[in-house]
Amino acid sequence: MPDLLLELFSEEIPARMQAKAADDLRRMVTDKLVAEGLVYEGAKAFATPRRLALTVHGIPQRQSDLKEERRGPRVGGPDAAIQGFLKATGLARIEDAKIQTDPKKGDFYIALIEKPGRATIDVLAEILPVIIRTFPWPKSMRWGERSAKSGSLSWVRPLHSIIATFGPETEEPDVVKFAVDGIETGQTTFGHRFMAPAAISVRRFEDYEAKLKAAKVVLDPQARKDIILEDAKELAFAQGLDLVEDQVLADEVAGLVEWPVALMGSFEKEYLSIPDEVIRATIRNNQKCFVVRDPKTGKLANKFILTANIEATDGGKVIISGNERVIRARLSDAKFFYETDLKTKLESRLPKFEQIVFHEKLGTQAERIKRIERLAAEIAPLVGADVEKAKRAAHLAKADLLTEVVGEFPELQGLMGKYYAQAQGEDASVAAASEEHYKPQGPADRVPTDPVSVAVALADKIDTLVGFWTIDEKPTGSKDPYALRRAALGVIRILLEQGRRLSLTTILEWSIALHIMRGSEARFENIVEAMRDPTRGSDFLRKRGTTSSGDQLPALIRDMISFFADRLKVQLRDQGARHDLVDAVFSLGGQDDLLQVVRRVDALGKFLDTDDGKNLLAGTKRASNILAIEEKKDKRTFDGAPDVGLYALLEEKALAKAIDQVKSEAGAAVQKEDFAAAMSAMAKLRPAVDAFFDKVKVNDDEPKVRENRLKLLNEIRAATRAVADFSKIEG
Amino acid sequence: MTERLGEFLASWRPRFALIPCPYADTVPRFQNPLASPILPMDALPDHMRPERSFQGFILALQRFWAEQGCVILQPYDMEMGAGTFHPATTLRALGPKRWNAAYVQPSRRPKDGRYGENPNRMQHYYQFQVIMKPSPPNLQDLYLKSLAAIGIDSSVHDIRFVEDDWESPTLGAWGLGWECWCDGMEVSQFTYFQQVAGVECAPVAGELTYGLERLAMYVQGVDRVYDLNFNGREGADKVTYGDVFLQAEQEYSRHNFEYADTAMLFEQFRMAEDACKKYLAAGWKEGGNQKEHLMALPAYDQCIKASHVFNLLDARGVISVTERQSYIMRVRELAKACGEAWVHTEAGRAV
Repeated sequence: MPDLLLELFSEEIPARMQAKAADDLRRMVTDKLVAEGLVYEGAKAFATPRRLALTVHGIPQRQSDLKEERRGPRVGGPDAAIQGFLKATGLARIEDAKIQTDPKKGDFYIALIEKPGRATIDVLAEILPVIIRTFPWPKSMRWGERSAKSGSLSWVRPLHSIIATFGPETEEPDVVKFAVDGIETGQTTFGHRFMAPAAISVRRFEDYEAKLKAAKVVLDPQARKDIILEDAKELAFAQGLDLVEDQVLADEVAGLVEWPVALMGSFEKEYLSIPDEVIRATIRNNQKCFVVRDPKTGKLANKFILTANIEATDGGKVIISGNERVIRARLSDAKFFYETDLKTKLESRLPKFEQIVFHEKLGTQAERIKRIERLAAEIAPLVGADVEKAKRAAHLAKADLLTEVVGEFPELQGLMGKYYAQAQGEDASVAAASEEHYKPQGPADRVPTDPVSVAVALADKIDTLVGFWTIDEKPTGSKDPYALRRAALGVIRILLEQGRRLSLTTILEWSIALHIMRGSEARFENIVEAMRDPTRGSDFLRKRGTTSSGDQLPALIRDMISFFADRLKVQLRDQGARHDLVDAVFSLGGQDDLLQVVRRVDALGKFLDTDDGKNLLAGTKRASNILAIEEKKDKRTFDGAPDVGLYALLEEKALAKAIDQVKSEAGAAVQKEDFAAAMSAMAKLRPAVDAFFDKVKVNDDEPKVRENRLKLLNEIRAATRAVADFSKIEG
Repeated sequence: MTERLGEFLASWRPRFALIPCPYADTVPRFQNPLASPILPMDALPDHMRPERSFQGFILALQRFWAEQGCVILQPYDMEMGAGTFHPATTLRALGPKRWNAAYVQPSRRPKDGRYGENPNRMQHYYQFQVIMKPSPPNLQDLYLKSLAAIGIDSSVHDIRFVEDDWESPTLGAWGLGWECWCDGMEVSQFTYFQQVAGVECAPVAGELTYGLERLAMYVQGVDRVYDLNFNGREGADKVTYGDVFLQAEQEYSRHNFEYADTAMLFEQFRMAEDACKKYLAAGWKEGGNQKEHLMALPAYDQCIKASHVFNLLDARGVISVTERQSYIMRVRELAKACGEAWVHTEAGRAV
């Protein structure tokens, strides 16, 4: 069966867009083929800086013919219906339709519509230009003469030529003829921009790929990446060094060259006095070069590996020396920045933060640092950290934002703070917190472990969350400009992974108090005290001009806790745990100790995996359903203790007894925070519940008995609430 | 061209041109560059060769682009942060008329001054700017040929087009293109203007900006800008870039950072802003079927002025973070209004 070859040849496509573009091209073309009834055997797409290419093989030569019977109006039906039928089916006269007899409903017209399949090449000529015109580039542009008129083609960079051929392996393929914005399809492409710029005529994928290779273009990005990494490793190895592998950089570089040639350059050893991370950031970010390390010391060596796009006629001498010049100049700047930074103590940079606005409504960075300092000091005892160290760490943690190196390489924030703190002789925990308090920065990042870092990390994140919450800048949908979800998830991960128990409500209150204190002389303790009175607390918030849920203190805290609950659910879902159980636990109210919540969820999950758990859940749900119906019917609730004197059946008495026993046992276990024991106690309820539903008719004819039995059902629901709100559990 | 905050205005591209409109028959026509011979460098005396002298280097570029049909303009006679501010680029990028031009533009970035002590940072340097509207299909090839014309041989140098989009949402202006790298060094910027002053570019103009000192340093093989050979002579006749500009760098750094009269500058900003608005308001002429503007260029001069004065104030450190944004917005408002006026002038409007 025939194959399709498509190439879109353009000016340089940004490296970061190539992989997705290749994938989009494959997906769009193959989806469209399938939608046209053309099932193919395989497809693969490629990208280089100057071209997107796609091969689809094993496509049928033609679409198959379609036959369809369409049922029409009844014979002798109204003329309008018959005319409509003729129009819809394309029949010339009603006599062309068949008549089908239906013994019950009479005779109907049937049209036999035959739609002959089209030649695939014609289908391609129709779908490909549409795909090109609607291609989803993240950013695209117009160019040249045609851009004077509206409707001109938009592409990532100017598009120069299109190859589209279709045909069986053994024959000369045909060009799929179409034109997009004046560019006619053909069989011509071009080789490497500098080494083989001449036009190349191709037939199908096999000779296309081979001819490109001969013209110094490696079509497959993975192959280019492999070449880069292998050659780089070899160059390093030859010098007794190790390549610092960097997949992201290798991908990017593979998108910058069509013919990768790895070359090694060096820089003066004096630059090795700069921290390795700074050297690497300099060389990697600015120059897209790899660094190498000395396996003996584990430190960087004074070499780097660049990837050129040509085999230079001088073997790369000029290219290496040019790159060395640039890297030398960059490292010289970095060294200067680093040494300049070292001359200033971190704390003497702090006054400058008074001029830097963190957020218009949240004040300056200096105010923020003060709040974090105080909050970290309050949190410190709860996480086993030294209060003075936590304060000092929070005091210095942001200072490196004002250093030259961080100004140049923002991704080194925190790390540089640590180096500078170490250099000025700070305590090791204090220095480490500069770097650690930003963690975790993503799902793959580790969480801080040193208690001082934990205290500052929690304070930093909580301050951010509370601040934006009080000014009503909460994440909505996909918008989360202040990365508040990440901050909340960070808090959750720290507490869970470090096994730290604390009341979120308390910490949120502290943080809110610190935000309220802004600019006032009030004492922290007084404000915290005042906030215990919800009216006064809400009043404080109103003065900040907050709106919506922020206008009342308890509502604000509830809202934030439920935000944490949502993040926890996402986190548990990502781990494959049952997130509905989180709701079942939070729904009990008063749950603000995340570690406890997770332990409870864990025990609950295990319980629900047992038969006892499943049946108890089913029984509880049944009780709830019956109650819901009857409560609606009677327009009342069935709270209150059942009357022992009204129990008529053994099963009723047994259930009442079981409920009492379970309530006290489970309650005691929960008190001791032994959730597993609470669940085992709960299991004892199951046989009684099962027996009750088996033998007892709830809606007894005697109203008093009925009411009493409904009250008993309500007791089941109440008893299970010792561990969770079963109504929130799915299944 | 991703802007760093500190260079925001300095690197900002203005949108409206001040170059007097040429008579219709002098509007340059794009010519097929392949038909034009490339300057035979061997015929040049040594001291004029682009790899020997800074001036020879500039002349080679001018000669090359003249061969491509560009009008070779002289620098605009106002202080500006980048060659893009020249009305020949900003204003001329708007409107449907053909426009091919090249020029050197002294660029002033007061904050970049280093008292002549940094080997490659200066508060005053040169850009070489090329604008071709509509962008010709072979603009990349032309650019590479221009590198060959200044002695950069693509068989031994690694020349790359690395993504670099230019965008200024506050200006309603953006373009896509690349930083052009030579052996790992950014030597030029290459942009296809898409929108300027909120107006779609129709047709799109291609813009090239060469960092002249940086390229010349590379070609001459010197590490310090002040060591560039300016005139290509040797011995007693040799004049270096430092002979010409070192003292100026020292004096202007002192001026920009320490002594520039801020009271005067605040006043100048206000005056330029007022004048710009006044000229814009006075320039509208109602007549015939379309609105016509008669003073877009003088108004735009005041916009350029305001922008440079802001850069000086910024270098003096007297503008706070919040004020900064508002100054930038004020300049942007002027630029937008100038663009609006320009598209109602003879050179800026549709035929």
